[in-house]
Amino acid sequence: MALFALRRLVLAIPLLIGITFISFLVIQLAPGGPFDYLRSEETGQDPKLVQKLNEEFGLDKPFHVQYWRWLSRIVRLDFGRSFQPDARPVLAKIGERLPITLFLNILQLLIIFTLAIPIGVASATRQYSLFDKITTIFVFIGFATPDFWLALLLMILFGVNLDWLPISGLRSLNYEYMTFWRQQWDFVSHLFLPVAVAAFGGLAGLSRYMRQSMLEVIRQDYVQTARAKGLAEPVVIGKHALRNALLPVVTILGLSLPGLIGGSIIIESIFAIPGMGQLMVQSVFARDYPVIMGNLVIVASLTLLANLFADLAYGVVDPRIRFSSRRRRR
Amino acid sequence: MRALRVAALMALATLVALAAFEGRDARLREVAAQDTAGTNEKPAHGDTFVHASIGDITGLIPNITSDSASHTVGNLIYDGLVQLDKDLNWAPSIAESWQFSKDCLTLTFKLRKNVKWHDGRPFTADDVIFTYKAMINPKTPTAYRDDFEPVKEVQALDPYTVRVTYAQPFAKALGSWGQPMLPRHLLEKAVEEGKLREAPQNLKPVGTGPYRFHEWKSGEKVVLVANKDYYIEGRPYIGRIVYRIIPSQATIFLELKAKGVDMAELTAIQYERQTDYPAFKKDYNKYHYAANRYTYLGFNLKDPRFADKRVRQAFAHAINKSELIEGVVMGLGREATGPYRPGTWAYTDKVKRYEFSPTKARALLAAAGWTDRNGDGILRNKEGQPFSFTIRTNQGNEERKKVAEIIQQRLKEIGVQTDIQTIEWAALLKEYIKQKRFDAIVLGWGTGVDPDQYAVWHSSQNGPDQLNSFSYANPEVDALLEKGRATCHQQERVATYHRIQQILAEDQPYVFLYFRETLPVVSSRVRGIKVEPAGIDYNFIDWFVPKSLQRYASP
Repeated sequence: MALFALRRLVLAIPLLIGITFISFLVIQLAPGGPFDYLRSEETGQDPKLVQKLNEEFGLDKPFHVQYWRWLSRIVRLDFGRSFQPDARPVLAKIGERLPITLFLNILQLLIIFTLAIPIGVASATRQYSLFDKITTIFVFIGFATPDFWLALLLMILFGVNLDWLPISGLRSLNYEYMTFWRQQWDFVSHLFLPVAVAAFGGLAGLSRYMRQSMLEVIRQDYVQTARAKGLAEPVVIGKHALRNALLPVVTILGLSLPGLIGGSIIIESIFAIPGMGQLMVQSVFARDYPVIMGNLVIVASLTLLANLFADLAYGVVDPRIRFSSRRRRR
Repeated sequence: MRALRVAALMALATLVALAAFEGRDARLREVAAQDTAGTNEKPAHGDTFVHASIGDITGLIPNITSDSASHTVGNLIYDGLVQLDKDLNWAPSIAESWQFSKDCLTLTFKLRKNVKWHDGRPFTADDVIFTYKAMINPKTPTAYRDDFEPVKEVQALDPYTVRVTYAQPFAKALGSWGQPMLPRHLLEKAVEEGKLREAPQNLKPVGTGPYRFHEWKSGEKVVLVANKDYYIEGRPYIGRIVYRIIPSQATIFLELKAKGVDMAELTAIQYERQTDYPAFKKDYNKYHYAANRYTYLGFNLKDPRFADKRVRQAFAHAINKSELIEGVVMGLGREATGPYRPGTWAYTDKVKRYEFSPTKARALLAAAGWTDRNGDGILRNKEGQPFSFTIRTNQGNEERKKVAEIIQQRLKEIGVQTDIQTIEWAALLKEYIKQKRFDAIVLGWGTGVDPDQYAVWHSSQNGPDQLNSFSYANPEVDALLEKGRATCHQQERVATYHRIQQILAEDQPYVFLYFRETLPVVSSRVRGIKVEPAGIDYNFIDWFVPKSLQRYASP
């Protein structure tokens, strides 16, 4: 297994280079440059200045030279500085945004999984019952509700009309003057709506997967056998059926790991949360190449790592899967 | 079993609700009790002012940023030698007076003696000279260098007297010294090395302004606190300012309703309809004033169809400006007759106007050779080609899109076919405007404080990186533009810019559409606000909250 992991890690390197190459190409294709902000409406653009800055940062060089320079810096873990007027190091910019996005997304993922699996199992074991019908309706509502719309409705209800929860941001203005426990509550109350909205859509999808997968499994012979042996129903479902039904869900978990650091631009914008999604969008609009690329490198690396972990996790939940350095997984 | 589960769920729901109530009470307690016994209107220090900003700032040295959020914040941290007063005239700031020589070639500033940097050092003529050097240093990435290039020399006659010499009279001379003054003792090295952007000052600025920098949490907020050593005794009143960065206009609006922010700019529909209820009117005062920005329909004058003045005038007659203002900004705008904002000294209303008249429009087009030749309602030229063109505008600006749609409808009525294309800003600029590959464009111009619009209208300014992308050329306007920027005497300039407006109104290189209104709302607990031609925030340091109405703690 260790050998398998190592092999995959080595193979990931050319893949990563390929990803960054294409990304680098694509962002350069977009019209406009990082120093267009120097175009002032009263004075007109100062072409000399933009040209000079482009030279300073090597943006006047042909594409492959620029890419090579960037790559040789990045292998030394030099992510460079932002092209924005604040010129802050890329890693500092990402570093201050990453924790909150990670925290929100992990929280959201935990909620989705802890709720969706029991809901899916329950509606599969009681197929066509009232509970199943209600969850089906709930699921389709969840699929059909746009994030931003639900967010605004909840903000109006809980933030404006009832005044139970804060509307946006992460902390109240007088956060610094609060006691420790009040600070914690303040933070949690700010997270309540964004996490609820983000979880709602995902919950719907995942519980549906779980239900489907469970339905397939409980029709299998070995489940019949387990029942025929006289095992209690909770054991049949919990031990024999659930473990097999979880396999596709693990795949989904693996696929959702890279999303953890991506951040949701819609949720972050509406709730004014300074996370990775907002940083990425602002950087794209500003053509802030170092930040865009730094972001992409981190997201791409984590995606590859997450895929690897998902594959390894298969081995844990499915004894049929063996890792071998010779034969690739089926 | 099922009943048990329902009970458990209900218990959980109650818990959540209780927890939420606890939060609500706690938050209410922060809100000081409103004074019921009559408000005490004496100016008082303290309280926090929460300003909603849709964009984050990009840096804290305004001389090298060009977005409005950074400038709004920067203006409170830094001072220029001069500043705009309520009527948009230049007034003393940290220079207490100035004197032009008769020939406009030298400008002498007397500096105030009691101005201190936020770190306690005195502000002197050295800092003025340093700021000038920083602005003209080729390594400084500033968009405002053009304002300082005409300067021949800056000398300190004594620590509090600065003499600026110009090679030629320069109309914007005085206004250019509204540029924020930078501290020499903190920035000299960074400027010499060309590393101004990376200087600590850009993240933790030291200025001379009414507010000191406290913190900047990227994407979240910028906090400023009152500068107790400000050169005007007793100012500012408001103790702390928080700029909350909220990227969604809808969220800003909800925060206003929940009293989470004290000031925000509204859209026309929010201003006119969605805030028109008693509770909102009690909590907020609404203001409106003409923005320094107009929307226009501009034509590519290299295109033979639009090169004919009669065609442009016909379009001016075909467009109903008041309908446009009503439809696009719910009436919250003023008709534009030229590129100057009504109420400013350069503006004149004595120009040719084009009333809404499809008949006149058709007559003018017929004179230019465009008539309905086969009775299908579409105007064609002698060769039988229909008059059809594309109106382009930038993506993401609903207002301009609506403008284009209403124009499309009106032009259709006189037999001119148009398509509308919205294109992302950078692409529109690069692929269409700079390469002059367009028929007509709906966009806006900001009108600067100085009426010099040489860059927009002079025939020499039509290169790919320049602003006269529409290729307007009129020798008389060229001469007037040159004359207008070559004197420092406002009285002489008035006539020049009035004449330019008359010619532009006759020529209609653009159909000037409207100046929209800026629509700020401010918490009603704040006093001292007066709408003037400059807007409302020209006297921010005089704003105050009576002691009894103060809502937040402040240092």
